[in-house]
Order: sequence, then structure tokens, then C-alpha cells
Amino acid sequence: MQFQENCTSYWRMQNYKADLHIHTVLSPCGDLDMSPGRIVEEAKKKKIQILGITDHNTTRQCKVVKQMAAEENIFVMCGAEITTREEAHCLAFFENDEKLEVFQTYLDAHLPDIKNNPSYFGYQVAVDQNEEIIFQEERLLISALDQGINEIEKQVHALGGIFIPAHVDKPKFSLMSQLGFIPTDLQYDALELSKFTSKEVFLLQNKYLGNPAIIRNSDAHVPHLIGDAFTIFQLAELSFAELLKALHNKEGREIVAI
Amino acid sequence: MNVKNIVDTLGLQIFSGEQGLDREITGGYTSDLLSDVMGHADARQIWITLQTHKNIMAIASLKELAAIILVKGYTPEQDTATQSNAENIPILGTTDEAFAISGKLYKLLEDAKL
Repeated sequence: MQFQENCTSYWRMQNYKADLHIHTVLSPCGDLDMSPGRIVEEAKKKKIQILGITDHNTTRQCKVVKQMAAEENIFVMCGAEITTREEAHCLAFFENDEKLEVFQTYLDAHLPDIKNNPSYFGYQVAVDQNEEIIFQEERLLISALDQGINEIEKQVHALGGIFIPAHVDKPKFSLMSQLGFIPTDLQYDALELSKFTSKEVFLLQNKYLGNPAIIRNSDAHVPHLIGDAFTIFQLAELSFAELLKALHNKEGREIVAI
Repeated sequence: MNVKNIVDTLGLQIFSGEQGLDREITGGYTSDLLSDVMGHADARQIWITLQTHKNIMAIASLKELAAIILVKGYTPEQDTATQSNAENIPILGTTDEAFAISGKLYKLLEDAKL
């Protein structure tokens, strides 16, 4: 019986194209064109089936993207790109709105009260389906939280979330640049590489890492770069739980290509 | 000049690694990018930073630094202090900002050469 179930599940496996690191209009550096509608349109054009919405230190634009993407059968992972106290960028994703809301409360509590100056950093607005502004964040979202990377990792995992240090190979705002090397006791679900290195080269240069899950995403701040880098996952269906299994190479779910 | 002389002269707090207070100091390096410190700091320097993560001890050990000074009243995380004690590389503290403590240390080391 067990065998049969596994067989059925393998038989149903499909490859899905994912870009899990995308900024919206809400990120100060996100282009004003990065509205939910434009992001979904671009994802559809690039045949992306899983989008990760990861604004700097906020989750407040994600739900509108998720709703609009669902109409095009595109699955959205809601999360954020967090700036840790060490100024290392990390991606986090949550399974449902309730957990996302709890994490938003955590972000609000730990983001310093430094006002944004839109003329320097850009506007920080969230919009609805019709691109009407529904929210403006007054605090500068690219500040670092007052929490260290280990504290943030624990918070994400306490909520059953996915924790992925972002573009770890980059010479700025990465775990490698800020902390010299990837802490060996840090519990991450995957590492994200930028498009400027390959998995093979990166792991050769960092043998102490063993064989971690590696993904690659666009980190797009403008529409035309969405899908510029991507990851192919093999999953039984589109869900948070399936993606988590794939990151941990469980039950036939896996990362097929980056 | 050793770490103890600097602690006494500049009135630094000692958080951990007291066994290493007799380490000789030949200079200093101020940076919060650990990749930069790993690439450019030299042995027997004292490192001035606001980073408190355990990785600072790995870098200090790798580069054979004499000690670390945490600025602006920052304190080491628990596992960072534990590692400091194990490696005998002191972690010190000041309420000064990096600019001020770097200036004081620079002057002290230059004056010692006279």
C-alpha cells in the first residue's frame, strides 16, 4: 500500500519554474512599475509558476499579488527579504496569512524608527488590484532590524517558515560579506546564489558547506528582470509544504535545476 | 604594548578571554565587514567593530588577532563570549563610537613608538 502510494505520488510529479525573490512597488528600490498586476503579467509571459514576493522587511504587498496570481494559476509564496542586524539579507516565507501576520508584527517591532525620504530612497507604497495606493510605509524599509541572524532564523522556524540566506555569493549585504563565511550552526532551508556564480564553483570555493540546497532567483526590482534567474522544482502539487519538501530533498520532491 | 596596557589606558571593559590579556599588539583594524577583515587584517592587530556574532571569533582566530573591541556599548552574544574564552582572545568593550576609539588607539600606538 505504501509502495503504491509512493508510486502514485511519483507519477504525479511535475517540474515547476520558480522565481522566489521579487520586489514590488512597496520596496523603496522597487520600480513603480512593479505593481501586482504587472508582476503577474510578466510572470505569465516568462512561464513562471511559483513567485516569491520578498519586499525589504515587509510583507504588506504580498496578499494582493497572491490573489491576482491565483487567477492565472500562478502560486505565490508570501514572505520578505529581511535585513539582519549584521546587514545580511535573508529570505523568509510563511505558509498562510496568519503566520505571515505574526511575522509582520515581529518586523514592525524590530525595524528602527527611521523615516523614509522618498526623494533619496523611493516611495514605499502598497497598491490594490487597480493600482490605487492602499498603504504607505513611513519607516525606511531598507534599515536593518535590531535582531541578529540567529534570532531571526529561530523566529522564522518557530512559525514553521522557510529561511534562506539571500545571494550569499554577493560582495555586499550577504552572509558571506557581513560574516565572512556561512556560520556552521545556522539552520537554513537553502542558500540562494546570484546569477554571477554557479553552484559548482560556489561549493568548490566553500567546501565546508557540504551539499546544501541551492536555489537561484532574479532579485528583480523591475518587471523585465523577473525570471532572469530561476529554479526548477519537482513537486507533486503547488503548495508551501511541497516546496519545503523539495528544499530538503524529501519524498521525491527536489530541486531539478537552477 | 599588550592588550592589558590598552585596557587600562583606554578604560575598556573586559567581557571574555581574560587569559589572553598579555597578547602583544602591533596595530589596529576597524571594519564591520567580516569578509574585509578576513582579507585585510594582520596578525597581532586589535579589531574594532560593532559585530557581535560568533563568527567574529572565527575570524579573530583565523587571523591571529590580539583582541576585539566592541563599540557603542555592544556586548558579545553568549556563544561568542564562550568561544573567546576557549581561544584566549579577549573581547573588550567601549561606549565610544568606532571613530573615537580608533583615534585613541592610533594615538596610543603611535606615541608608544616615540
